[in-house]
Amino acid sequence: MNLTLKVWRQKDSDSKGKMETYVVSDIPEEASFLEMLDIVNNQLIESGGDPITFDHDCREGICGSCSLTINGVPHGKGKGITTCQLHMRKFSDGETIYIEPFRAKPFPILKDLMVDRSSFDRVIESGGYVSVRTGSAVDANSMPIEKDDADTAFDAATCIGCGACVASCKNASAMLFVSAKVKHLNSLPQGAPEKTKRVVNMVNQMDKEGFGNCTNQYECEAVCPKSIKAEFISDLNRQYGTAIVKDAIS
Amino acid sequence: MNLTANSFIKFYSSSIGKKVIVAITGLALIGFLLGHMVGNLKIFAGPEKINSYAAWLHSMPLVLWGARIGLLACFFMHIFTTVMLVIQNRRSKGSRYVYQHTNKASGASRTMIWSGIIIICFVIYHILHFTVRFANDYDSSAYIDTMGRHDVYKMLIDGFSWLPASLFYIFSMALLCWHLSHGFSSVFQTLGLRTDKTWGLIKASGYAYSLIIFIGNCSIPVSILAGWLT
Ligand code: HEM
Ligand code: SF4
Ligand code: FES
Repeated sequence: MNLTLKVWRQKDSDSKGKMETYVVSDIPEEASFLEMLDIVNNQLIESGGDPITFDHDCREGICGSCSLTINGVPHGKGKGITTCQLHMRKFSDGETIYIEPFRAKPFPILKDLMVDRSSFDRVIESGGYVSVRTGSAVDANSMPIEKDDADTAFDAATCIGCGACVASCKNASAMLFVSAKVKHLNSLPQGAPEKTKRVVNMVNQMDKEGFGNCTNQYECEAVCPKSIKAEFISDLNRQYGTAIVKDAIS
Repeated sequence: MNLTANSFIKFYSSSIGKKVIVAITGLALIGFLLGHMVGNLKIFAGPEKINSYAAWLHSMPLVLWGARIGLLACFFMHIFTTVMLVIQNRRSKGSRYVYQHTNKASGASRTMIWSGIIIICFVIYHILHFTVRFANDYDSSAYIDTMGRHDVYKMLIDGFSWLPASLFYIFSMALLCWHLSHGFSSVFQTLGLRTDKTWGLIKASGYAYSLIIFIGNCSIPVSILAGWLT
């Protein structure tokens, strides 16, 4: 395949970036999007150029590292996949492809297509944990959990913290991510002791990191590689409201 | 008391808190719109019905002023909060994509602030026109009916007979309907009152409600311009 790539290049977080054009040829259709960038980078290195920096790790859709906005869509077109799971056969020969970083103020660009998502880590730290009894391991089946609750918790737990939801949102809102984390732990008895504290702390941390306010447009739901549902955001709103009312009364 | 005030400030400074205020004030305005429309549709029942309805409202000044002040407070709170949200959101995004793409956000949801601003202009004009009766003679003796009441019927007929006023009214109703086509269902999302099972029904109700408000309100200027109401 022959392609024209328009790639965001930015030296470091303080520099101003811009789009650069690369004309590439002989890209195999079966290459993944990241493999295509590997090929381009090899050519850049051979010709003495500066390779394009991008994040990746597992390359099988589980770690959430890869983070490219392809033709304006985080993780590119294709439902329920990450950038590393996107293949070049989804593009046509001769196509021009725009590749940009995940854009959001709380995700500062480090270099080229790589952004700093540690704001997500701090949101997790603020409430994404459960208290466990240390010492001897608990018997695996000592705590019966309703099948529906287990399924809901598992659906929410599939969030890989990639940040595509934030990147797709015109307000850089992190509500889908936070709602998934809260839904995951608050649906389970293991998460019950910190239930109220969790939702309040995580929302406060989300606000503190500078993520925007949700305007109910569901762009996040459309791009989430794990198909996390915006229904969870509605549930987060209710849980937060309830927590605040409880706090005001007590 | 102090504690509740404190909790409110904390709540309002959070992103979800502000959204909830927008939803609750929006809901109050939605409720008012329906009552206001039903009241005004009495024009089709003739001068007697609508004039006595208006006189009845004015016979309870405490209720009337309570409702007016409450509505105005909701309106200001809605505007103040949404403007704050818009400013914060622009700031949160920082840089924009070179290649812009929208996946599923509706046109209405992306233009809420613009439909809102036109609604503000309309509401100011509408209140000056029919409530304050500024720069017109709707307070003169020509607008007293045979029973000595304010002749709302005649005021509406005369007011909407002027084509530009009717056109602006219809245009504003279209934008209000557009605003509500997103806003109505959005309230349920914001207040945590929806699940995937109920979402289809909520959205359909939102479209139906918006359409009812549009058709109901526009039926008055259209009927007057067409000469069906004289
Ligand atoms: C009769 C008048 C109005 C009604 C019935 C109304 C109703 C609503 C409703 C129900 C919502 C959805 C709330 C939610 O997301 O949960 C909304 C959102 C919004 N309204 Fe209004 N509104 C009115 C006037 C205005 C005005 C005058 C403005 C001007 C600034 C405005 C600006 C907005 C904006 C920007 C949003 C989106 C907020 C967000 O999603 O964060 N509205 N409105
Ligand atoms: S909710 Fe989806 S898009 Fe957002 S961080 Fe989790 S997996 Fe990524
Ligand atoms: S590299 Fe791990 S999800 Fe893409």
